[in-house]
Amino acid sequence: MTQATSAPEYNYTVVRQFSVMAVIWGIVGMAVGVLIAAQLKWPVLNFDIPWLTYSRLRPLHTNAVIFAFGTSALMATSFYIVQRTCQTRLFCGWLASFVFWGWQAVIVAAAITLPLGLTSSKEYAELEWPIDILITLVWVAYAVVFFGTLVKRTTSHIYVANWFFGAFIITVAVLHIVNSMAIPVSLWKSYSIYAGAVDAMVQWWYGHNAVGFLLTAGFLGMMYYFVPKQAERPVFSYRLSIVHFWALISLYIWAGPHHLHYTALPDWAQSLGMVMSLILFVPSWGGMINGIMTLSGAWHKLRTDPILRFLIVSLSFYGMSTFEGPMMAIKTVNALSHYTDWTIGHVHSGALGWVAMVSIGALYHMLPKLFDQERMYSTQLINVHFWLATIGVVLYIVAMWISGVMQGLMWRAVNDDGTLTYNFVQSLQASYDFYFLRFVGGCFFLSGMLLMAYNAWRTISAPKGELRAEAQPA
Amino acid sequence: MSTGLSIFVTVISLFTIFGCAYLLWWCWTDKMGVEEGKSMGHNFDGIEELNNPLPAWWTYMFIAMIIFGLGYLVAYPGLGNYPGLFKWKSAHLDVRSLEDIEKAKALAEQNGERVQYEREIARGKEITEPVFAKFRDRPVEDIARDPVAVQIGRRLFLQNCAQCHGADARGGVGFPNLTDNDWLYGGSAAAIKETLVKGRIAAMPGWEAALGDEGIKNMAAYVLSLSGRKVDATEAAAGKAQYALCAACHGAEGKGSVLSFTDPAQQAIGAPNLTDDIWLYGGSRRAVEATLRHGLAGVMPAWQQILGDDKIHLLTAYVYSLSNQPVN
Repeated sequence: MTQATSAPEYNYTVVRQFSVMAVIWGIVGMAVGVLIAAQLKWPVLNFDIPWLTYSRLRPLHTNAVIFAFGTSALMATSFYIVQRTCQTRLFCGWLASFVFWGWQAVIVAAAITLPLGLTSSKEYAELEWPIDILITLVWVAYAVVFFGTLVKRTTSHIYVANWFFGAFIITVAVLHIVNSMAIPVSLWKSYSIYAGAVDAMVQWWYGHNAVGFLLTAGFLGMMYYFVPKQAERPVFSYRLSIVHFWALISLYIWAGPHHLHYTALPDWAQSLGMVMSLILFVPSWGGMINGIMTLSGAWHKLRTDPILRFLIVSLSFYGMSTFEGPMMAIKTVNALSHYTDWTIGHVHSGALGWVAMVSIGALYHMLPKLFDQERMYSTQLINVHFWLATIGVVLYIVAMWISGVMQGLMWRAVNDDGTLTYNFVQSLQASYDFYFLRFVGGCFFLSGMLLMAYNAWRTISAPKGELRAEAQPA
Repeated sequence: MSTGLSIFVTVISLFTIFGCAYLLWWCWTDKMGVEEGKSMGHNFDGIEELNNPLPAWWTYMFIAMIIFGLGYLVAYPGLGNYPGLFKWKSAHLDVRSLEDIEKAKALAEQNGERVQYEREIARGKEITEPVFAKFRDRPVEDIARDPVAVQIGRRLFLQNCAQCHGADARGGVGFPNLTDNDWLYGGSAAAIKETLVKGRIAAMPGWEAALGDEGIKNMAAYVLSLSGRKVDATEAAAGKAQYALCAACHGAEGKGSVLSFTDPAQQAIGAPNLTDDIWLYGGSRRAVEATLRHGLAGVMPAWQQILGDDKIHLLTAYVYSLSNQPVN
C-alpha cells in the first residue's frame, strides 16, 4: 500500500500557523495562570490595577488555555489529521485561512475585553455578544472546511479520529449558540435570554460539554492519530472505538446537572445528571484503554521516546480524571468537594495532565513534519520538558486535593451548638501553603512550555532537512 | 412538569441508557466479519485497526454501571415526574412562601416523604437542643458570667454579627461599638435583647434645606462644642440659637434619647448622646457637617425569624458581657 508521508498536495500552511500559535498561546495562557496562582498567595501582585485583578485575569486564563491554546492545537491537529487520514487536500483553502485569522481575532478580542471587565459573566462563555457572533462565523467555517474534506476523501472509511473531531465540532457549535443567546443592551453589554435555574442549567449544559466535547472528544481525536502513529502500532480495538465513541458522546450531553447538586435545580435533573455521569466513567476509560493497549508490543519505546511518553502519560491522567469526575458527580461526594479547590485540582489534572500533555506530544510529533525535518531540534529538551510537565501537574493536583478536602471538611465542621467550627478566613489561611505549592507546580509546567518554544523555534529555523532522525537502539 | 414533557424526558433518558447497553452487546458479539485479533483491513495514513474483543473486565464494569444507574433511577427521582421508590427529596424546592413551606412539610409527613433538608435540620436540632436547654431559663445577667454560654454567644456573634460590628465587636463607621458601654437604645439585658429581636431603625433627617450652608456650619460648631471641642465661639452661639430643632430628639442638653429609656412612656429613638465624643459616623468637622446636611439612616436587622429565641438569648448574654465584665 502506498502512503504519502509528506505529500505536497496537503495544505500545511494553516496547520503550521495553528501549531505555532498553539505554543505561543500556551505560554501566554499558562503564564497568566501562574500569575493568578501567585496572586492568591500574594494579593499584592494585583498592583492595585483593575486590569490585573484576579477577577479579570481568571477568565482571561481559562479562555486563553481552553480557546487559544487548546483550540488552536485542536484546529492544527484536526486539519493535519483529516487531510492525512482522508488522503486528500483540505477543502476550501481560503476558508481554512479565514478560520485561522478569524480565530486569532477572537483570541485577541478576548485578551482585550476580559481585562477591561467586559463579561457576560457566564463561566467559559464570558465573551460579549459581538465576539460570540464572530466565534459562530469562524466555527461554521471550521465545520465547512472539516466536513468538506471528509466528503472529498479518497479513503473508503472515515478514521476514528475524525469521528471525534466531527462530534466535537458539531456539538461545540450547538452549545455555543444556545448558551450565548442574549439580548444586547449596548455594544459591550448583553443579558442572557434565560433566567434563574434554567439559565444555570443551560450554562452548565454548555460548561460541562465544553469539557466533554472540546476538552475530551476533540483531544481523543488527537490521541487516536498520534498514539498509533508515534508508537507505530495498530489501534488496539476497532470495536472498542465504536462502543466508546457512541456511548461517550450520548452520555456526556446529560452530565451538566452534576455542577448544580443541591441547588434550585429540580431533583430529577440532578439525579439524572449524576447517573449519566457515573455511567460515563466506563466509556471514558474505553478511550484510555484503546490508547494504552495500542502500545502492546511497543512498550520499550517509552524508554527512549519522550514524545510517546507525553502521549501515554496524558492518557493516564485522562483515565485518572475521568474516574475522579464521576466520583465527584455523586451527590454525597459533591457535597464535600463542591466549591473547594478539589474541583480546581480535578480540572487541572484534566487540563494539564490530559489536554496539555497530549497536545504537547502531538505538536512534537507534527512540528518536524510540517517544517521538513525528520525530528525536533533536541530530543533531550523534550525529555526535560516531559519531566517538568509531569512534576508540575503532580505538584499542582496534589496541592489542590489536600487543600480542597481540607476546605470541604473545615466548612462542614459544626460545633454542638450548631455554629461553624471554622470561619471562612481560617480555611483560607490554612490553604496558603497549598496555594504556594500550586504556584510552584505551575512554574514547572510553564518553564517546560518555554523549553518547547525554544525547541520549536530551533526546529523551524533550521535549514530544511538538516535535522536527521537519530538511530534508534535495537 | 407537564405529563407530555415528563414522558419525553423519561423516554430519551432511558433510550440513552438502553442504547448504550445495546451498543455494548453489539460490539461484544463480534459482527466485524474479520477474524478476532486481526486487522480490519483499513489503512489510514499508515494506521491500521485491529478487531480485538472488548476487554471483559471493562465490559462487566459497563454492565454494572448501567444496572446501578437504572436501579438509582428506580429508587430516586430522575425520570420525569416519577418520584422514586424511596420518596426522597433534597428539599421542598417548589415552595414560594413561608405558609407554603408549612403546608409542604405537613403533606410530606402525610405521604411519608424523606426530605433531606428537613431531616438534617431536625437532626441538627436534636444535637443543639440539650446545649441550649441549659441556658434557656437562666437570666441573661447570670449566663453572661458563664464561660460556656459566652463562648457559644461569641461563636454566634462571629457568624452573624461580625460582618458589621467586627470580629472584636468594636464596630466601625456606621456600626456601633458594642464594648464601650455607650448605648443608643439602652444597655440593659432587656434592651439588648429587644434590639436583637426586633431590630432598630434610626433616622436622622437632613437639615440642609432648613438651615442653609451657614446654618449647617454653625450647628456643627455648636454640636462639636458639646463634647468640649474648641470651636469658633460666634459660630457655636449662632448654632445654639437654632438648637431647639435638634433638642426634640437629642434632648435639651444633647445627651441623646437613651435617657428616655428610664421613662417607658417615651420611645427610645436612638438619637446619640452628643456630649460624649463618641461618633458613630465620624467626629471630624467634615463628617458632622455631612451628617447634619444629608441626614442618616441606620439599620440593625431583626433576628427573631433568623436565629430564634435560644440563640438570641445567648447572643444577648455575649453582647451584655462585653461591657459588663465581672469585677475581680
